[in-house]
Formats: sequence, C-alpha cells, structure tokens
Amino acid sequence: MNRQLLLGAEAVAQGAIDAGLSGVYAYPGTPSTEITEYIQRSKEAREHGVRSSWSSNEKTAYEAALGMSYAGKRSLVCMKHVGLNVAADAFINSAITGVNGGLVLAVADDPSMHSSQNEQDSRFYGRFAMVPVLEPSSQQELYDSMFHAFELSESVRLPVIVRMTTRLSHSRAGVTRAEMREQNPLHAEYAPDRFVLMPHNARVQYQNLLDLQPILEELSESSFLNQPVEGRGPVGVIAFGIGYNYVMEARNAHGIDCRVLKIGQYPLPRPQVNELFDACDTVLVVEEGYPVYEELFRGYFGSSKIRGRMDGTLPRAGELTTDLVAVALGAKPAETTAVPGIVVNRPPELCKGCGHRDMFEALNIVMKENRESHVFSDIGCYTLAALPPYSAIHTCVDMGASITMAIGAADAGLRPAVAVIGDSTFGHSGMTGLLDAVKDHAPVTIIIGDNETTAMTGGQHSAATGSTLIEICRGLGVEESHIRLIVPLKKHLEENIAVLREEFAYEGVSVVIAQRECVESAAKKNRRAAATGQ
Amino acid sequence: MQKNIILAGVGGQGILSIAAVIDWAALTGGLEIRQAEVHGMSQRGGAVQSHLRIADHELFADLIALGTADLILSVEPLEALRYLPFLAPGGKVVTSLEPFINMPNYPAMEQILSELGKTDHPVLVHSAELAREAGSARASNMVMLGAAAQFTGIDPERLEAGIKALFGPKGEAIVDINIKAFRMGQRLSNH
Ligand SMILES: Cc1ncc(C[n+]2csc(CCOP(=O)(O)OP(=O)(O)O)c2C)c(N)n1
Ligand code: SF4
Repeated sequence: MNRQLLLGAEAVAQGAIDAGLSGVYAYPGTPSTEITEYIQRSKEAREHGVRSSWSSNEKTAYEAALGMSYAGKRSLVCMKHVGLNVAADAFINSAITGVNGGLVLAVADDPSMHSSQNEQDSRFYGRFAMVPVLEPSSQQELYDSMFHAFELSESVRLPVIVRMTTRLSHSRAGVTRAEMREQNPLHAEYAPDRFVLMPHNARVQYQNLLDLQPILEELSESSFLNQPVEGRGPVGVIAFGIGYNYVMEARNAHGIDCRVLKIGQYPLPRPQVNELFDACDTVLVVEEGYPVYEELFRGYFGSSKIRGRMDGTLPRAGELTTDLVAVALGAKPAETTAVPGIVVNRPPELCKGCGHRDMFEALNIVMKENRESHVFSDIGCYTLAALPPYSAIHTCVDMGASITMAIGAADAGLRPAVAVIGDSTFGHSGMTGLLDAVKDHAPVTIIIGDNETTAMTGGQHSAATGSTLIEICRGLGVEESHIRLIVPLKKHLEENIAVLREEFAYEGVSVVIAQRECVESAAKKNRRAAATGQ
Repeated sequence: MQKNIILAGVGGQGILSIAAVIDWAALTGGLEIRQAEVHGMSQRGGAVQSHLRIADHELFADLIALGTADLILSVEPLEALRYLPFLAPGGKVVTSLEPFINMPNYPAMEQILSELGKTDHPVLVHSAELAREAGSARASNMVMLGAAAQFTGIDPERLEAGIKALFGPKGEAIVDINIKAFRMGQRLSNH
C-alpha cells in the first residue's frame, strides 16, 4: 500500500525529502513545528544525510537555508507566521539576491489564533517580496507542491513560499508518494553582482525582479494549483487555498452549481480571473486569512460586484468554515442544538508539578510586597500564568520583548522592573536585549525559567539552557554576584523568595535562573527509555 | 458512505489514539479520510477535539459542518456537550462518565447527565472501571472506541486489526488488554 496518512505539515516534510532536500532549517512554532520534527524522525532523511537540527530563531534559520541554496543544494525553511516577522529582513533581501539551489519557505498561518498572538497573512509577505506563493488546498497537493516549489524556485531563481494554515497543517489525509529525486550536487557559484547587495548591484537585481513579474504570472496560468470548476448562474466564486474546500463542500451539501476558480499559486493568473469576472454578475471572494486579494479586486473606489470579508458576507476575522461559506452562497443556516448553558470554558493550564508554578508562586509573594507589581513576560508555557490562579504576568507581545520592555519601563522610573522569559525564548531573541540592559546598567531583574526545553511547542531542543545559559549571561557582562540560580520547588520557596527580594532591590542588571526540567519532557524521556528497553 | 465523527476530550487524555485506530481501519479499507487535530496551547489541559471524516468518495473540508456529525465520541462527559451544535438530527452521543475536573466552576454531574439525556439514547460509559477490569486504566480510550464502534461505519473486526497495528509495537500484553477493553465497550453498547 503506497498511501500514507499524513498531517499537512508531514506532507510538506515528506514532499521536501522526496524532492531532493539537503537541509531543513527552522525554529519551532505552532502550526509549523511538525514539518521539521517529521524530517528529524525520518529514516530516509537520515540515510540521505538531510540536516535537520533546530535553529536559534527564524532569522538564523532563513539565512542558513539561503547559504545552503547558495551552495547549490535544495533547502527548506519552516516557521509560523509571526516567525516570518523575525526572518523578514533575510527573506525580503533574498528575493533581491535570488537563489541558486531551490529555496522553499514553508510558513504556517494561524487564522482564529488557536496558538498565536495574531492572525497575520503570509501572502502579504509574498506580495511584498514579489516572489511566487503556493497555497495548496489538500495534503496531497501540499506533497505535490513541494516538487513544484523547488523546481519553480530553481527555474526563476527566487525563493518560493508554500503557505498553509492551521487546519491543513494539523489535519491528516491519505497521501500518495512519488519517486524520490536525487539531491543536487554541491555547486557554489561566484555571483557577487547578485549576492553583494550594495546599491549598484541591488538596483540591477531589483529591476530583474520587477522584470520577472510577468513571467511569474504566466507560470501561474499553467499551474496545476489554479483550476476552474464548471458551473452556472450569475454568482461565481474565487476560492483561495483551503477556502476552496469549504466552497466545494457547501456546493455539494446544498446543491449549489456556481462557477468556481480555485487559486493555489500566486501571483494571480490574470486570464482565468478575468474570465470569471466577465462571466459573473457577482463574485464571492473566499480567502482563508486577510482579504488580501478581495481588497485588490475592490480597489480604492470599490466595486459593487464583489462580496467577501470586507462587506460582511463573510466575517472579517477568523477561520472560514463550510457553514460560513454556505450561508455566503445563500444557503439557509443549519438548525443546530445549542451548547447547554452549563458548559463552561476549559482554558489550558500549567501541568501539575511544573516548575513554572513554583517560580510564579514565589514571584507573586514578592511582587505583593511592592506598590507597583508589573511583570513583563514573554511567550512559552509560562504565559499561562497570565490566567488564574496565578494572574502573575502582565505582558506577552513578541519573543524577547519581556527584557526590552522591562528596560524601557525601568527607564521611565518603574521599580521593580521585572521580566520573565523562558530559556528557548531567551536564546531566540532575549540575548540582544540583555546586552542592551548590561550596556545601560538598567535596573531590571530578568527571571529565566530554564526548563531545559522549548516546552510550549512540544519539547524541542533549546539552544540556551543549563551551563550554556549561565555562560551566555556571564559573557554578555552580567555581574557574577547577580546571576542567581534557584530551583523552583515547594521546599525551596523561602530561599527563592529571599533571592528575588534581594535582586529586586539591586539597582542594576540581575538574572535569576530558575532551573528545573519540564516534567512533561522528563516523562516523555522516561517513556521513550522504557519503550527502547533501556 | 460518509461518517462525520467528533472526538472530544481534555488535552492529555489521548483522543488521538482513538483517531489513529479508526484512521488505520479506514485507510486500509480504501476509504477517504480527513482528520483535523488540535496541537499547541490547548493540549495543556484545555478542551480539545478532533474532527474525523471518512467516506467512500472525495472529501474536501477538514472540518465538519454544524449539524452534520453522526457521532460525538467523548472521553469526558462535559466535553461531549461542548460540541452538540455539530450533532446531526439523529446523531449519537457516546461518552465516558469520568469527569476531568481542572476548573473551579465545573458543573454538577446531575446537570450534565440531564443535558446528555436530551440527546437521542446516549451511550454512557463508566470507562475507567471497565478499563481496569480489562487490565489497565489506560485502556479506557479503547473501551470508548468499543462503545462507539457500531456508529463509526467501520467493521469492528477492522477496528480490532487497527488496535493490533497501533499497539503491536508495545507488545502482545498491551494489545490483549486493549482488545479486551474494546470488546467490553462494544458489549455494553450493543445491549
Ligand atoms: C517569532 C515566534 N516564533 C515562534 C513562536 C512559537 N513559540 C511560542 S512559545 C515558544 C517556545 C518557548 O519556549 P521557552 O521560552 O523555553 O518556554 P517554555 O515553553 O519551555 O516554558 C515558541 C517556539 C512565536 N510565538 N513567535
Ligand atoms: S509542558 Fe513542561 S513547561 Fe509546559 S506546563 Fe507542562 S511541565 Fe510546565
């Protein structure tokens, strides 16, 4: 049997391996993490020497992938949507240099914000950088698109985005594999006129990129990802990515027979779009994410022909569903049983026995002794301490922002200025903030919850943990006497409180490292050890 | 043939092993599958669900439409109620009666039972007890799968083959416990 049941993320991974991948570079982030994890577990990837360990952040990942591409090989870089903000500098400029070996950026957006700070749409980045974007609608299409993406990348010498969203990434379906392709040989070219982005080169390269745009449009016209679906009637639908799935589902369920244009490759194929608009009085624009193309179609002065997220036919925010699309196409809303009133929310919480719990217990006690008790925090399991019973943190904005926001608040006069950050987040983008603090001798106390892992996303390797973490703090110039180690356990509560009190009182940079392994990853290790009989 | 199944529970309860067994049986039976899972933040003790769709024709959406689920299979009684808007007219609720209480305002069991009772002959299962009888409290997922087997549209023998395939790597003893748990659930629901 050659059909495998794969998550969308896994289909991307298997597709990349089969398309001759030489290396994947990534920092974890829901819903993209499973791509890299799959490659790390894959026996085939190991046998073919595909490099796959985690990077410190999305920017370092992207740059390393670009380096592999420079050397002629196919590289994949994976991240969640907000990760692309971090990698944006490298990404946008790589569209100017162009690539050598195929470079594919698999980016996973999270509409409805199941596990994210926002629901930004990565297709904007594709337009911004003027590179091709693929947006497959099924797991099989994702798999097939990886071959296509690498070929496209090598033929137009640009990075190619494969955009997916939570639903597709985290949903399984049967996938049929194709034959595996050989990896590219090492083939680095001297091309300083492309890769040295001094103004005189960059201007030429930018013009090349502009000149490529009509060619990219033509390539979209013949793409298997862009397909019309026959139909009749005055209403037509242009369905992007998995928006297509909901349209087809609604058509089948409600016997609707409208014309549909399925879009899965950008820039848009103009003739196909024109044909749909010419044939229909009204066009419903179905996009999973921001109304990126709807806004373009409407133009500044508007168009009475267009329906979509911007006129309330579909909701402006959040994921699409078959129900929303069916109603937008004129179907009656389904009659449903209501959720009984007794059904209360069940928010996520820190695991029982988690070291973060003991860290926040101590912190809350000390913070209560102060008139101002603001705690700047960051992104990780410890963010759950924003909820009761701890209600211990007051900010979570973007990775690394705890330290730098605490610096700014301290500059404004806030005392104590407290930051709480995890080890992986510190390695991702806390270190530069700490360097700023040291340089300014800022009166901030930075509490690093070192649980030896990247727990929130399922326990990936963390680059800045244990003795490495301590060395980094020393190396960045934090005074030895203000690098304090605590063990977040009930039995140490009193000592831990004392340490926090002392460091809050210090008018300079303190780092308090709370060291205790994540109990979830410890349990996983034990299970794995038991399974392998060690 | 088409079945829409909502699997419900609390993050960490392992509803995905139920999904994996059904998936295996459906895939080897040549059926189309779409199975949407919840990964990420909610897995830390939050409400989680999986939309599982199987059919003998092409499926498009990963998500089940409102009012079209043939089955809500829940490993926690309150969680079964959360997804009632998805239940089709005549759809079945099969749920474990073991509450997972990790919030202060968890409603009274009588209220939950009364709401469950408003659905069409729900199958209510003391899964922990049966699982222990089968040999391990951890097999309660397979008790629940057994109790729901007749509503999945898949031959129970194929589901058993799925259990063997899934638990096989963990050894024969584990397979036996899970098969036994599955059969106990099945027996309860057929009566
Ligand atoms: C730019 C960016 N990349 C990735 C993520 C996803 N993400 C959120 S928390 C987290 C891991 C945090 O690990 P750590 O700081 O060690 O805390 P822990 O969860 O282990 O307590 C990741 C990868 C994100 N939100 N933003
Ligand atoms: S996964 Fe680890 S770090 Fe996260 S809440 Fe659980 S024990 Fe704590």
